Amino acid sequence: MDSLLKLDRCTIRFGGLTAVANFTMEVGRRELVGLIGPNGAGKTTVFNMVTGVYAPTEGHVLLGGEPLDGLKPYAITGKGIARTFQNVRLFISLSVLDNVKAAFNLHLKHGPMHALTRGRAFLNEEHEIENRTLELLKIFNLDRHRDAMCRSLPYGDQRRLEIVRALATQPKLLLLDEPAAGMNPTEKSNLMRLIEFVQETFDISVLLVEHDMRVVMGICKRIYVLDHGIKIAEGTPEEIRRDPKVIEAYLGEGPGEKE
Amino acid sequence: MSRALLVLVVALLVCLSVSLFGENFIASRFAYYYDILITIGVNVILATSLNLVNGYTGQFSLGHAGFMAVGAYASASWSNHLDPYVLGWIGGANNPFATNVAFLISMLIAGSLAAIAGFAVGVPSLRLKGDYLAIATLGFGEIIRVAILNTDFVGASRGLSVAGSYTNLFWTYGSVAVCVYVVLGLVHSTYGRGFLTVRDDEVAAEAMGINTTKYKVMAFVVASFFAGIAGALYAHFKAFLTPEGFNFFRSVDVVVFVILGGMGSTIGVIIAAVMLTILPEALRALAHTQFVPPAYQGLLENRLILYSLLLITLMLTRPQGLFGDPVALRKRFTRSRGN
Repeated sequence: MDSLLKLDRCTIRFGGLTAVANFTMEVGRRELVGLIGPNGAGKTTVFNMVTGVYAPTEGHVLLGGEPLDGLKPYAITGKGIARTFQNVRLFISLSVLDNVKAAFNLHLKHGPMHALTRGRAFLNEEHEIENRTLELLKIFNLDRHRDAMCRSLPYGDQRRLEIVRALATQPKLLLLDEPAAGMNPTEKSNLMRLIEFVQETFDISVLLVEHDMRVVMGICKRIYVLDHGIKIAEGTPEEIRRDPKVIEAYLGEGPGEKE
Repeated sequence: MSRALLVLVVALLVCLSVSLFGENFIASRFAYYYDILITIGVNVILATSLNLVNGYTGQFSLGHAGFMAVGAYASASWSNHLDPYVLGWIGGANNPFATNVAFLISMLIAGSLAAIAGFAVGVPSLRLKGDYLAIATLGFGEIIRVAILNTDFVGASRGLSVAGSYTNLFWTYGSVAVCVYVVLGLVHSTYGRGFLTVRDDEVAAEAMGINTTKYKVMAFVVASFFAGIAGALYAHFKAFLTPEGFNFFRSVDVVVFVILGGMGSTIGVIIAAVMLTILPEALRALAHTQFVPPAYQGLLENRLILYSLLLITLMLTRPQGLFGDPVALRKRFTRSRGN
C-alpha cells in the first residue's frame, strides 16, 4: 500500500493517564479510512496528535514518510493535512465567501506590503482566489449563500462549509472529526454521499473519526477500532462487524461472563 | 494605480493644499479650534491603529499610551539633538522644505522605535490571552512612563521642551490618511483576512494554516508604529512633554474610542475619536451660555461626570459600539471553547 499518513507506535500520556497506547495506523493515498471507538476511547486524542495539537509522548507521526514532530498546527496544515471540527468552528464574523477565502491564505504568494501597494499581480491573485472560492462553493451548492453570514446557514450547510474551507487549503489528507454528530438519518445519508464525493472529486485521502457505526461501515474501506486508548481491531467493515472484541466494546460483555 | 491608492494620493493632496492655503489663517484667527483640530487628528491615528489590535485582531492592549510615549520622546530627542545637523545639510532652519523633511525623518524615527518596542513587547506577551494580555500591556505602559520619569536625558519629571513646532494640518491629517489606508488596506486583502480569523477562532485559524502568532505580532507592530507617529505629532505640537501626558488614562481614552466606535469598524472608531475629542470642549462652551443657570455650570464644566454618564448610557443601549458588529463583541466576552 502506498502510505500517506503513518502513526508509528504512538503513545500519549497526560500525567499518569495513558490516553493512547502504542497505536499504529496507516492511511494510504486516496484511501477512505475510519477510526471508531466508544466514547472516551481516544479517537479525538489521535486526531489531535495528527494535527499537532498534542505531541505524542512516544512514537512518531509521519506524512509521506516525513516526520511531523514538533510542528505547530498551522505548519502541519501547510504540509497537507486539513481538518474539520466536531463542534463546527467557522469564522463567525465573516461571510460564507470570506470563510473560504481565508483558507487560501496558506498558499498566498503576496504579503502585507503587496496588500498596501495593490499592484497588478496582487489584484490578479485576489481575483483568482475569488474565482476559485466561487468554484468550490458551486461544487457544494453553497454559492447562493455566498454573501450570507455563516452563522445564519442551516447546520448541515455549516458542516459542508467547514469541509469546503478545509479543501481550500489544498490538502492531501482530510480529517473529519465526528461529522455526523447531531445529524438525523437523512442528513447522515447525505453526509456519507458527500464524503465519498469529496474523496473522489478531489482525489485525496480521508480519515473519518466517528462513533456512528452506520456511517463508518457504509463508506470506509478500512477501519481501525480503539477502546480505552488501545487498538482492538483493524480491517474491512465486514471483519470489524464480526470481531468479538468490537462487539464487546460497543455492546458490553456477553451473558454469562464475569464482570 | 489601484483605486484605493488613488484615493490616498487625493487625500494627501487635499491635506497639502488646505495646509498650504489655510494653515496660517486658521491657526491665527481660530487658534482654539486649530488646537482641537490637531488633537482630533492625533486621537484618530491612535484610535484607528489600536483598532487593528483590539478590534480586528481581537487582542486586548491597554498600553497604547506607552508606544505613543516612545514615539513622542524619540521624536523630541531626535529633533533636539540632531535637527541642527539635518537642517544644516539640507538648507537651514528657515527653509520650509528643510524643516518639513527634518520632521518627516523625526516622525519615521519615532514610528520605527515605537514599532521596535511593539515587537519587543508583542513577542513575549502575545502568548497571553484576554485579560492577561491587557495586564501585561498595561504594565508595559507604566514601565515606559516610569522609565522616562527617571531618565535625566529626556528631562525626567521636569518635562522635555521640544525644538521645532513642526506639526501642521498636512502632517497630522496626512498621517491620518496613511494610517487609515494601511489599516483598511491590510484588512481588505486575503492576507489581512488572517487578522479577522485570529479574532473569530484561533484554533480554527491555526487549522487553516494561519500562523496566528505572526498575525498578532504584525498587528501589534503596525499599531505601535502609528502610535509612535501620533506621539511625534503630539510632541511637535505641544512643544513640551511630561511623562504624565502618557499615563494609564491616556491608554484608557484610546480604548474607549475603540469600544465606543465599535471594535473592528474603522469608520465607527474614527467618529468616536472625533466626537469624544470635541465633546468635553463643547460641554465647557455650553456651561457658559445663558441657558445654563450658574449653579449648574460646575457640573457641565466638570466634563468627566457627563462624559461618564454618556459612556454608561451608550454601553447599556449599544454594547457593540456605534458601528460595531455584535458578533465580534460576543466573542470578546466569551471564553474560548475547548475542542
